[in-house]
Amino acid sequence: MAIAEEIRPTTDALLKTTAPKRPANMGQIIRWGLLFLGGILMIMPIVYMISTSLKWPHEIYNLKLIPDEPTIENYTFVLQDGRFFWWFLNSIVIAVITTLCNVLFDSLVGYTLCKFRFPGRYIIFIAILSTLMIPTEMLVIPWYLMSQQFGWLDTYWGIMFPGLMTAFGTFLMKQFFETVPNDFIEAARIDGLNELQIWWTVAMPLVKPALAALAIFVFLGNWTAFIWPLIVTNSVEMYTLPVGLSSFGDEADVAWELIMTGAAISTIPTLIVFLIFQRFIIRGVVMAGLKG
Amino acid sequence: MNVYRNLTIKQKQIVWAWSFLAIPVLFYTVIRFYPTGNAILISFQDWNLLGKRTWTGLDNYEKLFADPAFWKVFKNTFVYLLIGTPLSLIVSFFIAYNLDKTRFMHGFLRMLYFLPFMTSAVAMAWVWRWFYQPVPIGLFNNFLSTFGIPQINFLNSTTNALPSILAPAIWAGLGFQIIIFMAGLRAIPQSYYEAARIDGVSTWTVLWEITIPLLKPTIVFIVVFSSIGFLRIFDHVFNMTTGNPGGPLNSTKPLVLMIYETAFSSFDMGYAAAQTVILFLVLLVVSLLQLRILRDR
Repeated sequence: MAIAEEIRPTTDALLKTTAPKRPANMGQIIRWGLLFLGGILMIMPIVYMISTSLKWPHEIYNLKLIPDEPTIENYTFVLQDGRFFWWFLNSIVIAVITTLCNVLFDSLVGYTLCKFRFPGRYIIFIAILSTLMIPTEMLVIPWYLMSQQFGWLDTYWGIMFPGLMTAFGTFLMKQFFETVPNDFIEAARIDGLNELQIWWTVAMPLVKPALAALAIFVFLGNWTAFIWPLIVTNSVEMYTLPVGLSSFGDEADVAWELIMTGAAISTIPTLIVFLIFQRFIIRGVVMAGLKG
Repeated sequence: MNVYRNLTIKQKQIVWAWSFLAIPVLFYTVIRFYPTGNAILISFQDWNLLGKRTWTGLDNYEKLFADPAFWKVFKNTFVYLLIGTPLSLIVSFFIAYNLDKTRFMHGFLRMLYFLPFMTSAVAMAWVWRWFYQPVPIGLFNNFLSTFGIPQINFLNSTTNALPSILAPAIWAGLGFQIIIFMAGLRAIPQSYYEAARIDGVSTWTVLWEITIPLLKPTIVFIVVFSSIGFLRIFDHVFNMTTGNPGGPLNSTKPLVLMIYETAFSSFDMGYAAAQTVILFLVLLVVSLLQLRILRDR
């Protein structure tokens, strides 16, 4: 299991800085202060969203960050309506299934392309690589026609099917399986494991950090996906959170405290996940960005 | 099973490889390649989803190139790209460069900058839309009015609407670019900097002669990645201009929004497919040009 340990320090090192521990001179203090101010500005939209979602309607027009009379009335109102509950559930189900599917299939294909020598390998590799060049927007019309033909419109399957495998994930995993020594695989083969077992019990545990990075990207991508769910869903109960929020925002018109509540409901889960797994997620982003 | 047993190790490998690849190959064929071909095919046809599909040759493309609305949209798409990419590149490099030089509460600062990347574009589009509302609702105009500065018409102006929509799109992507830049900065060997310090080279020279040249792969990646994002901008535009999609006089409408409207509001599938082919070509040409120009330098 040394490989996983070996990958980790290198990406960790990329995130460490060798700068002095404490700001020593005036220049560094000013630099720190400006960075801090900039950082606060960066999170202002999120802070204001949450703050407004806790305000009564008459308070939303003042600029105060902390409401005079904080209330969770907006949340009860929005959740009682029931639709947000469904949208939340839909988004969770779709994001989780798609993520599992990607982790499984992208790593299987990446592993096969990396560790097997077979006729057609190069063609498959190039073919999958070339799909990276095709924008989703070009495919939505044919996907819509397919969904219409097979009755997939307005179903979970209809929302999910385009994203069950991604070329990006496949290449990310292929890159990481390169770090798994062939000796390990040969040894397992001599021990009498079949290829499926080797992939699952020997190779997969060695690339766990990469699997986590892939899972984060796919989950976030599906959680925030908008254009395809917008096209493929018709009924309100089938909307995902972004699609639901978009229609809710239109309908709520000027009730900004309710819109902010809806926005907060769809943003807070990913923020909490991020705050818990911060180091892990940033490392994943670096890995995916540099190797993918 | 007997047949399998009699195979050589090499042949067994082939059997395993193809059985692993069976489902994925089917997936990529049916969900990626067939639709790509289909989109190109439909772009040469006239079809409103209900009636017959009729072959019209290049009519859709001729109609598109003669359509002033298309050229407006085409221009908008490139304005998003030409403002968005350089601006986000410079800002994110500036922040990453300085963040790299601070260690005090480094993780906390990094978190502040990265947080927006974890938000959903739709949710944040609505938040920014609220910010942009006129007094007494909108945050920005309220803020301006407390200082007695005249109101700015953000979303209902033909000149201000596009930058107003671009701002949250840049904001949301900064965190990712900063993290990638910082990783790139860390990958530069310290010995280069030490050598420069011994030679007494100024900070600016170090930045221009060492840091930026060695960051080239990172810069290429960020430029290509963010350009593709800005050329495909949709979520922010759609959500900030519902009720008047594309903003006043189409001043904010990007290509993807035009595709969406042509296909799913007017159901002019052939015309929409032609637009998607153009989008594909634009993305292809822009990425290849950027790779060529940036790699050669």
